[in-house]
Amino acid sequence: MSSVPPTEADDPGPTLSRDDVVHLAHLARLELTDAELDLYVDQLSVILHSVTAVSGVVGGRDIEPTSHAVPLTNVFREDLVRPGLSREDALAGAPSAQDGRFRVPQILGEV
Amino acid sequence: MTLAQTAAAGLMDYDEAIERYDPVMGLEVHVELGTATKMFCGCPTDFGAEPNTQVCPICLAFPGAMPAVNRTAVEYAIRIGLALNCEIATWCRFARKNYFYPDMPKNFQTSQYDEPIATNGYLDVEVGGGTVRVEIERAHMEEDTGKSTHVGGSTGRIHGAQYSLLDYNRAGVPLVEIVTKPIVGTKASAPEVARAYVTALRDLLSSLGVSDVRMDQGSLRCDANLSLTPAGNPVFGTRTETKNVNSLRSVERAVRYEITRQAALLASGTRIVQETRHFDESTSTTRSGRSKETAEDYRYFPEPDLVPLAPEREWVERIRASLPELPWVRRARMQQDWGLTDLQMRDLLAADALDLVAATVQAGASAAEATSWWSSYLGQQANARGVALDELPITPAQLATVIGRVSDGSLNTKIARQVVDGVLAGEGEPDEVIAARGLAVVSDDGALQTAVDQALAAQPAVADKIRSGKLQAVGAIVGAVMKATRGQADAARVRQLVLSTLGVEG
Amino acid sequence: MTAGTTAGTAAGTPPTDLTRLTAADLAAAIRSGQASAEEITRAHLDRIDAVEDAVHAFLHVSTQSALEQARAVDRARARGDRPASPLAGVPLALKDIVVQAGIPATAGSKILEGWIPPYDATVTRKLLDAGVVILGKTNLDEFAMGSSTENSAYGPTRNPWDLSRIPGGSGGGSAAALAAFEAPLAIGTDTGGSIRQPAAVTGTVGAKPTYGGVSRYGVIALASSLDQVGPCARTVLDTALLHEVIAGHDPLDSTSIPQPVPLVVDAVRRGQADGIAGMRIGVVKQLRGKGYQSGVLESFDAAVLVLAAAGAEIIEVDCPHFEYALAAYYLILPSECSSNLARFDAMRYGLRVGDDGTASAEEVMSRTRGAGFGAEVKRRIILGTYALSAGYYDAYYGSAQKVRTLIKQDFEKAYQAADVLISPASPVTAFAIGDKVDDPLAMYLNDLATIPASLAGIPAMSVPSGIASDTGLPVGLQVMGPTLGEERIYRVAGAFESAYARQHGGIVPDAAPELEVGVR
Repeated sequence: MSSVPPTEADDPGPTLSRDDVVHLAHLARLELTDAELDLYVDQLSVILHSVTAVSGVVGGRDIEPTSHAVPLTNVFREDLVRPGLSREDALAGAPSAQDGRFRVPQILGEV
Repeated sequence: MTLAQTAAAGLMDYDEAIERYDPVMGLEVHVELGTATKMFCGCPTDFGAEPNTQVCPICLAFPGAMPAVNRTAVEYAIRIGLALNCEIATWCRFARKNYFYPDMPKNFQTSQYDEPIATNGYLDVEVGGGTVRVEIERAHMEEDTGKSTHVGGSTGRIHGAQYSLLDYNRAGVPLVEIVTKPIVGTKASAPEVARAYVTALRDLLSSLGVSDVRMDQGSLRCDANLSLTPAGNPVFGTRTETKNVNSLRSVERAVRYEITRQAALLASGTRIVQETRHFDESTSTTRSGRSKETAEDYRYFPEPDLVPLAPEREWVERIRASLPELPWVRRARMQQDWGLTDLQMRDLLAADALDLVAATVQAGASAAEATSWWSSYLGQQANARGVALDELPITPAQLATVIGRVSDGSLNTKIARQVVDGVLAGEGEPDEVIAARGLAVVSDDGALQTAVDQALAAQPAVADKIRSGKLQAVGAIVGAVMKATRGQADAARVRQLVLSTLGVEG
Repeated sequence: MTAGTTAGTAAGTPPTDLTRLTAADLAAAIRSGQASAEEITRAHLDRIDAVEDAVHAFLHVSTQSALEQARAVDRARARGDRPASPLAGVPLALKDIVVQAGIPATAGSKILEGWIPPYDATVTRKLLDAGVVILGKTNLDEFAMGSSTENSAYGPTRNPWDLSRIPGGSGGGSAAALAAFEAPLAIGTDTGGSIRQPAAVTGTVGAKPTYGGVSRYGVIALASSLDQVGPCARTVLDTALLHEVIAGHDPLDSTSIPQPVPLVVDAVRRGQADGIAGMRIGVVKQLRGKGYQSGVLESFDAAVLVLAAAGAEIIEVDCPHFEYALAAYYLILPSECSSNLARFDAMRYGLRVGDDGTASAEEVMSRTRGAGFGAEVKRRIILGTYALSAGYYDAYYGSAQKVRTLIKQDFEKAYQAADVLISPASPVTAFAIGDKVDDPLAMYLNDLATIPASLAGIPAMSVPSGIASDTGLPVGLQVMGPTLGEERIYRVAGAFESAYARQHGGIVPDAAPELEVGVR
């Protein structure tokens, strides 16, 4: 992947290589078949090309980002205990459980 | 370790390392807040509960669950920031730190990234007779992970484990992470400074009432970052991060070890690998963990399920006003109240006797007496037994009682020590020891008069000397009476009686 | 076109086909004793049995629990209790992205196959407390990603107007259930049009509230800053009744707004009784033209005439930044969803693949997600991971959030000149199943008209504007209001629906072709 983020001057915009998609799929913990990789590389490049117009339209202008239509601040919950789940309910959907805990495959250092 | 062992272990001698290289430290301390509930849900935070009994859809990251911010956790974070002399943000947000790990149910941690709640503070730390100002970069809020137990490997460590068991009781417990700016210029005392900082921070947090700060229970955790640069070179070297530092002693040892390890590598021309290391308690060494060669891409973005925090200044000021007396302010006040010199104060701190003295004064003793007892006699007793002062089996209240008995004349200093010994030996309360051992000062004039008469009768020549005006000779009679009463007489009263018996002025 | 059969029957005689009644009429029938809740629920369960092979709107039919809920309403009535709400006893279909305790929830994905949530969404709780009977969970594009319900891992839903066609997406199941008379009420979620576009192509009504107007707690998240739960029905009044049950502040959802529930039922009645004389209605210049089917535009223009005839002042408004709406949306959504979907990792719930005793946790996570997620989901996760990755945040997600501000400003300026804005809700009528499934970008264009309102967080709804002359399929009119402007849009939608019904002798849903009834 290009290590330099795209700028207005970049044309026709970034594309994703197969290696890029492999790297991203790893970051997202998605195992993809070769066929999927090939398909997604093509499809994503097309999509990416069409969506990167946004950096052009705002580039350089001082605009505040919007995340909520009705801006709220300071929404808090009081520090009071609320009923949670019983251990049984918590573990009910677990693919594997043992000794009241979720059992997961070996964690090799960083997962 | 001998020099030869040091070298064989791939380490450089510490003194040599410090001479050739300057250490730069960065300390990250995580505090588990003592709130009743978790950061983003209403599950309890009690330590030691059965696995997965303090969980809910939110902290288990079930589909559809959403976070809600614990107001008290925010208040505690602001308290911490204020106590560390930080600026409290007027507007800040939570952010998602995205990475996959089974102990992190959402596979992102809701934390704060470029908008922490507190920035730019400092903590003044007493080290080796001086004060070091450790600058604080930031303090921010985040949540704790679940606990994993690795099964099937040889030592319960990750490597070689066949599977792991996850308990999410701890997942979501509020944390505040306190990050220092690079600590430079400490040279040989770097390990000491690190330890002193964590100690001072621990005491501060404890006084704020925001956490029980138990390193042994994980409510206070330290990660020590260390890099070396050739002596005098201002450019920072590559740093390592050492985790799993579970005690104050380990903080000091981890820093020391890393200095010797990195120095040996640098001296041999080897590049330091930027990595996470783990501290091994049993050997006081650090071991390589995950490589951080390529910095993890956490893909931070503002948490869209939460709204910004804009702590009103009135709220912040109310919190500031409610801060307890901070440790250094308290110490300064005590020193002044008790009329102690800086040296005396330092001795008290070094002996970790401050709270004991304060409690003894609280129980009615004078500061001078309390200080004297805890510093000298009890200090000796603690050393002899190889324990800390507060582990001695005598309470400030008991000591205050003994001091009181000396003040009211029922004991003298020498006997008082015997009473203290009795309490230390488990013989009971001071008054019980006095009674059992018959240590009370003889204040009955009748009994004293009898002893005086006996002593005078036994030393007629001395009696004559006194009658003829040689007042120094009184001492011999007083001594004899003291011996006869096993030291339990009030010497001054005895002297009076001797003189009056002989009809001598003096 | 058949005349509307939604009118109530003569007092005293039980309605013959309970599935043809509106929710309002069903509730009234229960209150007056003309029909029991259980009868009504049974009638709908029978209808589901009859048509589901053809329509496939439902992923799960909760027969037992629905009947229990219905019976509870009947018992309460027998005791003389006041009805729990104006919709007590009325059946409803719930999009399978909203959790209901004890009932399977899949989000249309294999990765959650068999998962039974142990808790209720706030919306679910409100519905149950209101005495609404939840018939089952409806089909959707996987994790609400799509515009046709073809991305469901459990097969597509078919449009009751033409079974070879899509019912829209992502909430095609809910819309189809309404159009097929399997339920009079439904709940959907709308992130970029997933309520409004299906409503448009199935000839039903669906609304997206102001962002934060309805709680998201218990709704499986797609894009947190865009998702909203909304009411769906065959009439505007029914939609309004449902809106009032589900709206309101929820302390469990920190983004839910503190404003009171909008009085949309009254607004509809006012619209129907008093019309919209004097209201200023803005036609958005950018939401017509290229990409819009001619039959859609024709129907839209006819709707404009109806509104003008009803006394509204029609003006044109210019929203220049809408051109960038699609692009901004397809940067924001994938970014947020890539993070929201990270929790599906085979560790605590859902599918686990490849745990053969030697694989690591990482391998099992990757294999499970590879096997359990469909193509569209994977594409968006990769896109989102890219948009957020180191060095790209400012250019992509950061920039897209700024475009949102520009779009919001376009709306604010438009609302100075107009009370509500209108456009077609979908650029095209229902296309054939399979037509666009291999062309993601073409699929994304279905949301052209609905996305701007989502980005700005304003309320918007789709009400049928008629039947397209070129395809003979339903067309939807989108009505958009300013922030917290629900009452305005419901008033206009209610007025339009009445005017349309007067003109055409009935409302669009009643003109749907009869479905071949089979027995499962």
